[in-house]
Amino acid sequence: MTTLTAKDKDAVRTFWANVSGKEEDIGSDAVARMLAVYPQTKTYFSHWKDLSPSSPSARKHGITVMKGVADAVSKIDDLKGGLLTLSELHAFTLRVDPANFKIISHCLLVVLSIKFPNDFTPEVHVALDKFLAALALALAEKYR
Amino acid sequence: MVEWIDFERDTIVDIFSKMQYEVVGPEALARCLIVYPWTQRYFGNFGNLYNAAAISGNPMVAKHGTTILHGLDRAVKNMDDIKSTYAELSVLHSEKLHVDPDNFKLLSDCLTIEVAAQLGNDFTGEVQAAFQKFLAVVVSSLGRQYH
Repeated sequence: MTTLTAKDKDAVRTFWANVSGKEEDIGSDAVARMLAVYPQTKTYFSHWKDLSPSSPSARKHGITVMKGVADAVSKIDDLKGGLLTLSELHAFTLRVDPANFKIISHCLLVVLSIKFPNDFTPEVHVALDKFLAALALALAEKYR
Repeated sequence: MVEWIDFERDTIVDIFSKMQYEVVGPEALARCLIVYPWTQRYFGNFGNLYNAAAISGNPMVAKHGTTILHGLDRAVKNMDDIKSTYAELSVLHSEKLHVDPDNFKLLSDCLTIEVAAQLGNDFTGEVQAAFQKFLAVVVSSLGRQYH
């Protein structure tokens, strides 16, 4: 996997300023889309009473996930080190198949494209795609 | 046989009836070439693809993007048999163009993102699901004749 260049990191940090304050809506929209478009992801949430994309559990989870992504942006210079605890959580407790990280990343990019059609240029897109891939890699670090 | 519910059929027809082919096509292909630069391997004769600005402004990219997007029209009109609709195109992509079928998914993701930007809040989760299902069937059909 490629490392993030200084240009990539700048693009991510600059774009993230747009996201500030809208994290909750963006996060819940991304998780809602994930559940609607990729129903197999619902298998991880059999403990929820309501698995519909607009449920309170889905919204709450979207907020949680987005907090994690925002945290990763602040730790963009050392994702592996900064996300160690989260990685252990995903590896030993949640055991989410890492293929799903690509799915939530795609859904997040779709939401960003809708919310920021002018700022989500192809250059920003590639930087964010690389960042989310690096984030996924850091999350899977402790799996085996 | 792919099963489509009415909502899915209506959604696909609706999206393509509103489609701005000359905007979305070029942008989707340009985005694919920028975000997944290895896809440029298939466009050696397209001239200047050196950076994002060059790609976005390249007239050959624009023309080809529009062509690709119009290529989906036949699938929209034949949703019940996309597989045979694209049998020849699949052979073409395999035997003549030698395109790795994994690339179809990359372009399809970029197209989803462009259509999302076009439709804004109208591109709900349910609409996205229908659109991605349609594209998945197209992608599968295009890869079907490879051997």
